[in-house]
Amino acid sequence: MKALAFVATLVTGAILLYGTMDFPAWGDPQAPASVHLSTHYIEEAVAETHVPNIVTAVLGDYRGYDTMFETIVIYCAGLAVVSVLRRSR
Amino acid sequence: MKILQERIKHTKFGESLIIETAIRIMVPFIQLFGLYVIVHGHYSPGGGFQGGVILGASFILIGLGYDFKTSLSRMQEKTNIILGNLGALLYTGVAILCALMGGLFLDYSALDKLIPMGPIEWRSFGIFLVEVGVGLAVMSIMVSLFWDLCSGGDLDEGL
Repeated sequence: MKALAFVATLVTGAILLYGTMDFPAWGDPQAPASVHLSTHYIEEAVAETHVPNIVTAVLGDYRGYDTMFETIVIYCAGLAVVSVLRRSR
Repeated sequence: MKILQERIKHTKFGESLIIETAIRIMVPFIQLFGLYVIVHGHYSPGGGFQGGVILGASFILIGLGYDFKTSLSRMQEKTNIILGNLGALLYTGVAILCALMGGLFLDYSALDKLIPMGPIEWRSFGIFLVEVGVGLAVMSIMVSLFWDLCSGGDLDEGL
């Protein structure tokens, strides 16, 4: 069983490594991630949101949906611990 | 956790005058710095998550340096829960208010119809409101997790 798991791990790793061969080079300025939205954020974020810190502009405005559910995840973690552990006095 | 509590009970960790005095002096500045990190997130690294964690850490520091009761007396249990819910509700409430005012969900420029100060300024201010909500929620959850885990849930003793 252990040998089978080892082989499965090796095969999965090999497939993943094969998949990374299609990636653009690290830091490539022509990569899709660099030419699609990043240029828009870098050039227009300050004019569009009046926030000098682009990270905050992306986090709070452009990616606000993501940040909202990050907060909800933390809230649910606290809620779970309270509901499991806390006892009324 | 029990072993840790026993070990701390034997050391005189909670009764050290130096530690208590240092914490008493430091905590206001830590809380001020936490508020600064939340509010100054527009201009420097920081924001709701980081500032909220710093604010929560100040209450945890009181709990570590003094004892559990002191930490609980500085921040009421009920207030903590209300603040946490208020933080999460502030974020979702601003988002839903944007949708109600005729914009998209989380499109802060739609709030211009409520208080006219320019759609771009509202996008900046909307980010600020949202960061305050995140900071409140993170602070309250941090403190609540610490209380529950160190006292076993009954908020009676521990540390």
